[in-house]
This record gives sequence, structure tokens and C-alpha cells, in this order.
Amino acid sequence: MAELKLACNIVKQVEEICEKYNNDQGELINILHEAQHLQGYLPEEMQRLIASKLNIPVSKVYGVVTFYTFFTMTPKGRHPISVCMGTACYVRGSEKLLEEFKRRLGIDVGETTPDGKFSLDCLRCVGACGLAPVVMIGEKVYGRLQAADIKNILDELE
Amino acid sequence: MDNNTIHLKIDRHDLCVPEGTTVLEAAESVGIDIPTLCHVDLKGTCIKNAPASCRICVVEIEGRKNLAPACSTKCTEGMVVRTSTLRVLNARRVVAELILSDHPNECLTCPKSGECELQKIALKFNIREMPFNGGELSLRKREVTASIVRNMDKCIFCRRCESVCNEVQTVGALGAIRRGFNTTIAPAFDKMMVDSECTYCGQCVAVCPVGALTERDHTNELVKDLSNPDKIVIVQTAPAVRAALGEEFGMPPGTSVTGKMVSALRELGFDYVFDTDFAADLTIMEEGAEIISRLERFLKGDKEVRLPVLTSCCPAWVNFFEHQFPDLIDIPSTARSPQQMFGSIAKSYWAEKMGIPKEKLVVVSIMPCLAKKYECHRPEFSTNGIPDVDYSLSTRELARLIKRANISFEHTPDGEFDLPLGESTGAGVIFGATGGVMEAALRSVYEIYTGRTLAKIDFEQIRGMEGLRHATIDLNGFQLKVGIAHGLGNARKLLDNIRAGKNEYHVIEIMACPGGCIGGGGQPLHHGNSDILKARMKALYDEDAAKPIRKSHENPYIVKLYEEYLGKPLSEKAHSLLHTHYFKR
Repeated sequence: MAELKLACNIVKQVEEICEKYNNDQGELINILHEAQHLQGYLPEEMQRLIASKLNIPVSKVYGVVTFYTFFTMTPKGRHPISVCMGTACYVRGSEKLLEEFKRRLGIDVGETTPDGKFSLDCLRCVGACGLAPVVMIGEKVYGRLQAADIKNILDELE
Repeated sequence: MDNNTIHLKIDRHDLCVPEGTTVLEAAESVGIDIPTLCHVDLKGTCIKNAPASCRICVVEIEGRKNLAPACSTKCTEGMVVRTSTLRVLNARRVVAELILSDHPNECLTCPKSGECELQKIALKFNIREMPFNGGELSLRKREVTASIVRNMDKCIFCRRCESVCNEVQTVGALGAIRRGFNTTIAPAFDKMMVDSECTYCGQCVAVCPVGALTERDHTNELVKDLSNPDKIVIVQTAPAVRAALGEEFGMPPGTSVTGKMVSALRELGFDYVFDTDFAADLTIMEEGAEIISRLERFLKGDKEVRLPVLTSCCPAWVNFFEHQFPDLIDIPSTARSPQQMFGSIAKSYWAEKMGIPKEKLVVVSIMPCLAKKYECHRPEFSTNGIPDVDYSLSTRELARLIKRANISFEHTPDGEFDLPLGESTGAGVIFGATGGVMEAALRSVYEIYTGRTLAKIDFEQIRGMEGLRHATIDLNGFQLKVGIAHGLGNARKLLDNIRAGKNEYHVIEIMACPGGCIGGGGQPLHHGNSDILKARMKALYDEDAAKPIRKSHENPYIVKLYEEYLGKPLSEKAHSLLHTHYFKR
């Protein structure tokens, strides 16, 4: 992974998050939660910064980041796609939708397209089971989706 | 009834133990040997790992439904423990079989074979077949560095290396990453060790129960060079090697085997057998002169001079401050380590004297250390592409080589080191124990600085196994404060104080390994028994006491080296051959 330098304002925000938790090592998971919210992922530089603020080895931070699936080191696309794999969506064919997204975008779950436009993830239930199968792109919910609709949806997004 | 004493029964033994004792420790005290795998507790040092993760040590405790791990279960009043019921034996066996299901069957070619704790468990439990087939191993890495070989397919996740690297040494190079079958122990961001903060101290290798972490083996290169008639192969042996090598041949810990080691090396085919202790005396001349020079400037009120002087003999310690304290790299002494001083003098002074062309000369070192392997590859220790020290072998590798060459070590007569680079004083010998470099330096600094002879040569106040020690020495009315740390975690405490401007010492000795070089990552494995380290330490102090000359500046061949070649300590020639500089990593 390329070592991207963090923007100054991000550095400041990460430091503020750590300080809010008194740089307490026991709050590592909470700090990572909030830090990930800043850019949607936890780049290497950010993990190093958190490690030095909390005075713990960066290997510990990386260990926690790779242990919990919630944390990610992959930047999200401008249009993050989440396919619901909850029971209702699954039985109504969300797996086929997922396969179609993978095929069209050429990426796997958890990855981002090289142009940074789309990223693909799965989630479990958005509370719209009546519309199953459901896909979320950004904040927008697409219900009763069929594989054939996907091309048009992707084409419409900038 | 005494509140702090616990009464319990283990098998047929009734015993009283202090509160806080674990079932494992209580059982050990009556000679019951409960098998362990992840657990290690090198008592008297800070090396400890007790995650209770392997479950090999389970025992039955009356009134409890589940079996309990002996290593982390504290004794309680009236407890009744059974350590070898059928249920216990079966459970341990299944645990071992499950660990083995995920472990490559490569014992025949594994470098840990014979010393492997998992192999010993399999033997002890009489495991004759593998009932379970293992999971996926594909994500784990192999890596060969200058010092350490990492083969994570063999890892059993005991976490000993992680504890040592993070809690004890505070290096933070190794940690568990990912989860489930994808778990592995690796540097952050799954980088290679060469791209991490690793100091190559080798303490992870010293505690690894299996073949996941081992030393880079140089025995084959050496055998090739020894059989090449065009090469002159010379060897230097570090002080701590002679106090531990005998253990590999069944001798009791603490047996000093200096003479046998010299003969065995000659029998292996080395053309000259020299001693790193000679270079240790030389280190004291240079480091001592630097200490005096910095002190004198300090006493004259020179504001530029940086104190304390930090010793620089230990290559893992050098790596540590280069990585972790780059803002302090102008504080350590610039004196090279004895290994590198030896190589530099052997390939200049000695080679010129003997008329041996540098290209024909191979300088090998036998070290208790794995970081030494890395150190001799540092580019600043080469001249025109020729390294001062060609390669370094650990104590363990030397033992393997002696066995392979059919040398009956126990029956080998005592030999003497060759001259001039084999002559050393008692001060050189004690370099192998924590506090030894400081004591050797004080013996010379005191006499050179005050012009008086020391009434008592032994500085007992700075010896021992305490992680941090200190003393005050009177130098013509000036109170010289010295500090000693062994283990990089202890070193960090002193360095943090220096960084915060709270330092109270003038000179500090630091060794990366517990006990100093006697507990080095290249030594025969201690398997968690710290009595072995104490015995090795005693062997070195005994050898020092028996030496006719015990102060570095009185070594006649050191005196001659300065007369014939170097001039005086810190001379221009001494600087170019015996000093170095450090890099921000």
C-alpha cells in the first residue's frame, strides 16, 4: 500500500480524537472507530499516528485493525455499493446481484475500482426487507433490484 | 492460620504455598512436571509469557466442571488438584493432536529438531498418528534476514515472541495480525522484518518453542571456506560463548570451556584462533578515553558536550536507538563493538604484519548473538567492498559444527589462543555479563583519570541481574554516577529520562538481552530456566578472577598495538579503524 501522507487537517482531527480519549490505550477500538469515520478507512499513516499518540507499538494497532472486519485499510469509492445479504434479500436473489456488480466492476467484495469511483461491500439488513433484494449506493436505497438493472444504475452515476 | 499461606493437595502431595502461586509453580515445587508449551517464565528477568492459550497444561480441580490451565490458575485454600488422571491425559493429547494438525511434518529437516518443545510434547504424549487434518496455511510468510529466519508455517501461536518483542524489549516489531486461519505473527502492515523496527536481538528466537523463528545458519559457508586452501580463515570468540558452549555437550551450566573451545576450533581447521576479549580490551581503551574526554570537557563547563556516554558494544541496542531514539544518536560512544574492532584490526594491522592479502583473509566470529550477524553486514564496516568480519556464527551453530566434525568435545584437551590477538585481560572476559563493560571501563577509567592504582578491582555493586542498577564512584572527589540496564524495555526507561531532560547519570551501559550476552539470542536455549543464566554469569566472573591481568590498559599486546600502529586512543588512525557513526532509521 502506498504511504500516503495525511492531510494536515486530518492529522489534527486524529490527534483531537486521541486526546478526547486521554490517549488511553484501552480506548484503541473507540479511537479507531472515530478515526475511520474521517475518511472511510484507516491508512497506514493514520495507524502510525494513533500508535504514537497512545504510546503503543504500531503492530498492536495493525493487529486490531486486521482482526475486526469493521475496520478497513482500503479507501471507499465515491459511490460505495453495499449489497444486502440479510435473509430476506438473500432468498430473493441478492447473491446474483453481488455477482453482477463484481463482474461489471471487475472487483471483489472489500475492494475499490482503480479509478476510485466504486467500492463494493456486503451488509446485513437495512430494515427494508419489504423491498428485497436491496442495494445501497451511498445513502440511496435501491429496492426490488434485478441484475439487468445494474448496468443502467452504474452508467447514471458520475 | 497465616493469611498469606495457601494449603492445597496436588496428587499425593500436601503442600503450603504463598498466596498468588499458580498451580504450575506449586506442582513444580514438589517435582511434578506438568507439560507446558506457550508458557515461559524466566524468573529474575522480565521475560514472561502466560497467555494460557495452548491448554497443554490442563489439570483437574475437584469441584470444577472444566479442566483448568495450571499456568494461570492460582492456588486457593483447600484446593485438590489431579495432574495425571485419564481425563487430563486424554484432553492434553487431543490438544497436542490439534496443534499438530496445523503443523508441517518436517522434523527431519527442521533446524529446531531435537530442541523443539512441540516435538518433546509429541514424544511425551506417545503420539503415533495424526487423527486430524489441518487447515489453510497459504497466507503465512517465510523470510530470511541477515540474522533471523522466519517460517510462519511452523508457528503454533504461543505468542512468546510477541510478548518478548512488545512487553520485554518494547521494540514492537512482531505482533499477531488478522484472525482465524489467516492469523500470523508479523511486523505491522505485514511487512518483512527487514522493513520493520526489528533490532535482531534474537530474543524471539531464544523463546520460540518450535522452528518458526530460528537463526540464519552460516555453517555451510564456513565449512566451504575452511576447506579452501587459498583462504586464511581466522576466528574470534566472544566472552559469553565459553560460558555456555559446554551445555550443548551435556556439561552442567556454568562450565567454562575456554580451552576445549580453542582446541576444537583449531581441530575444525581455523588457521588462527583469536579472542574477541582482546578487542574488548581495545574497546575499553577507546571508550574509556572517550568517557574521560567528555567528562573533562563537562567539568570545564563546556556546554556543547553531551552526557551521558552510552556504551555501544551491543548491536541490537544500536539498532534500537537508531530506530526509536533518532534524536539522541549523538549521545552513544562512537567506539565500534569488540567484534568490529577485531575485524578492523585483523584486516589492517595483523594482515599487514603477517603479509596476508586482505582478499585471502576470512574473519569469522563466534557470538552469543544474532544481531552480530546483521552488524557485520552493515556497509560502514566494509573497506572497498571487503567486510571487516566476513560472517558470524552463534554458539549453537558452533556446537553443531563441532558435532558434525566428529570432535569429541568432552575429551578435547585445553588449548591456548594464538597471539597477539588472543591475549586478553579479566576485564575483557566480563563483557559477556550485564554490568561487565561498565566494570571493565571503570577499572581503566579510574586508574587513567586519577593516576592511582585501584585498591579493590571488583566493582561488586554493579553486578547482578536487576534490570536497572546504578552506582556512584569517587574519582578524585568527582562523584561519577553510572547506570546499567539490560533488556531493551529497561533501556527505554533510561532513554525516556534522557529525552525528558531528567537523566542523572554520566555513563550508562546497555545490553539488549537478559543478563547481557550470556542470555543472547544465539546461546544454547535456556528453555525458561534462569538458573542457567546465573551459572553462566558466575563462570565469567570466576574466569576474570583467575586471570593474571585484569585491567584492559595493562594488556601487553594492546600496549604494543598502540605503540606500533595506532598511536594513542582517539588518534586519527584509531578513529578511522575503531570508531563509527550512527544513522536515523
